[in-house]
Order: sequence, then structure tokens, then C-alpha cells
Amino acid sequence: MACFLVSAAEAAVVTIVEKAVEKKEKKVEVFETQSAEMTQVPLSRKLKWLRNMLWGGALLLLFEHIWHGEVVPWFPFLTAASDPADTLQMLKEMATVGVAMAALVTLVWLGLVAVVSIYEKRARNSSSAKA
Amino acid sequence: MTLLVSVFAAVLCTVIWYKNAPKDEMRVSILCWMFWGASLMWLVDAIFEFAELGAAYFQPAPADMLNDLFLGLSVVAFALVVWLVILIIKDPKGTVRAAIFKKK
Repeated sequence: MACFLVSAAEAAVVTIVEKAVEKKEKKVEVFETQSAEMTQVPLSRKLKWLRNMLWGGALLLLFEHIWHGEVVPWFPFLTAASDPADTLQMLKEMATVGVAMAALVTLVWLGLVAVVSIYEKRARNSSSAKA
Repeated sequence: MTLLVSVFAAVLCTVIWYKNAPKDEMRVSILCWMFWGASLMWLVDAIFEFAELGAAYFQPAPADMLNDLFLGLSVVAFALVVWLVILIIKDPKGTVRAAIFKKK
């Protein structure tokens, strides 16, 4: 009904955090030497992966909801919002399916970040061995 | 069926991205993230539906399957259009800019 809204909300939050982190990293970059950059993926880039997955998924699910007539281009935009019984059902779906969707995407992203951190560790070890 | 189409699209895009990595001039990574994100979300949807319907989930009516396939292909077409718009706006190869500002 509107499960994609949970992912879209998380995507909005992640976008704001990512922009803030990117700004901070750019400030620090000026004073840092280049050696550390070679073995570490910036946090802003990792957040960008999550952002893209959440926005991309929410966008394609929005298309699906339009297809099924659950989202309409006129107020209140969600067909379920015009009837109180349907609204309750919609909120229940958002709290279960919607939250589970956002949680799974975040969990997969955390797994990806964990794998990348292993690569970073290996790269650091090999660069320190060379030195 | 929509989930299946989305997963196939995600795998195909990832293979294309991997073939050209680390270069990503065509921004195929955008499609990868989009399709993987949607696939994960539809997977959750499928799990909830399976919990509700049980084995009947795997025996959809032919008309429903066809409609879902049509939806899946439409989703892929929509994602490709979104990707193309992003590619043209970002113009990583500078092709659009060169074409616009070229002298006769």
C-alpha cells in the first residue's frame, strides 16, 4: 500500500547524513597526506551505496504502486488514505513490510561494508609490509 | 515474477559493471544499486506474501503471472529511462556538452 515510504524516509535521512559527512571529509582532506586515502574507502562513499539502494528501490516500488492504483497524482495521493479502515491497514503494512524492507537493505549494506573493511585491512597490511 | 525480472536485471547489470570496473563511464553502477535495492524490497514482500498464502504463493494464475511479467518489464524500462536521464545530465564523457557546443 505504501511500504516504500519507509525506505524513502530512511533514504532522505541517509542523504542528509552523507552530505554532512562528505563536507566534513573534504575539510579534513586538505590537511591529510595522500597515503591514508589509498587504503580506505571514505565513509561518504559507503553511505552513497546505501542511499542509492534505498532511493532506487523506493523509486521502482513507487512505480509498482502507481501500476496497482495505490498511488494517485491527486490528494491524498495514497488511495488507502481516503478510508480510515484502509489507512489503518496501510499503517500496519508500513510498520511490518515497510520496516522489514528498509531493515533488509540496511543489513545487506552493513554486510557489504564489513566485506570492504576486510579488503581495507588487507590493503593496509600489504602497504605497511612494503614500507 | 516482478521479483524474478528485477533479480535478473540486477545480476545482468552487475556483470556488465564488473566487466568494465573500475571504470564506470556509463554509470552502470546506478542501475545495479537501483535493481538490487528493489529486488531486496520485493523479496521482503514475497516473504510476507508466502507467510500469508503458503504453498499457493508458488501457483499463481496464468493471468496474474502475465500481469506481473508485464509489470516487471515495465519496471526495467522505467529504470533504464531514469538511468539514461541521469547519464545525460551528469554527462561523464562530456559527449552531450561536446555535441551541443560543437562548431559547424
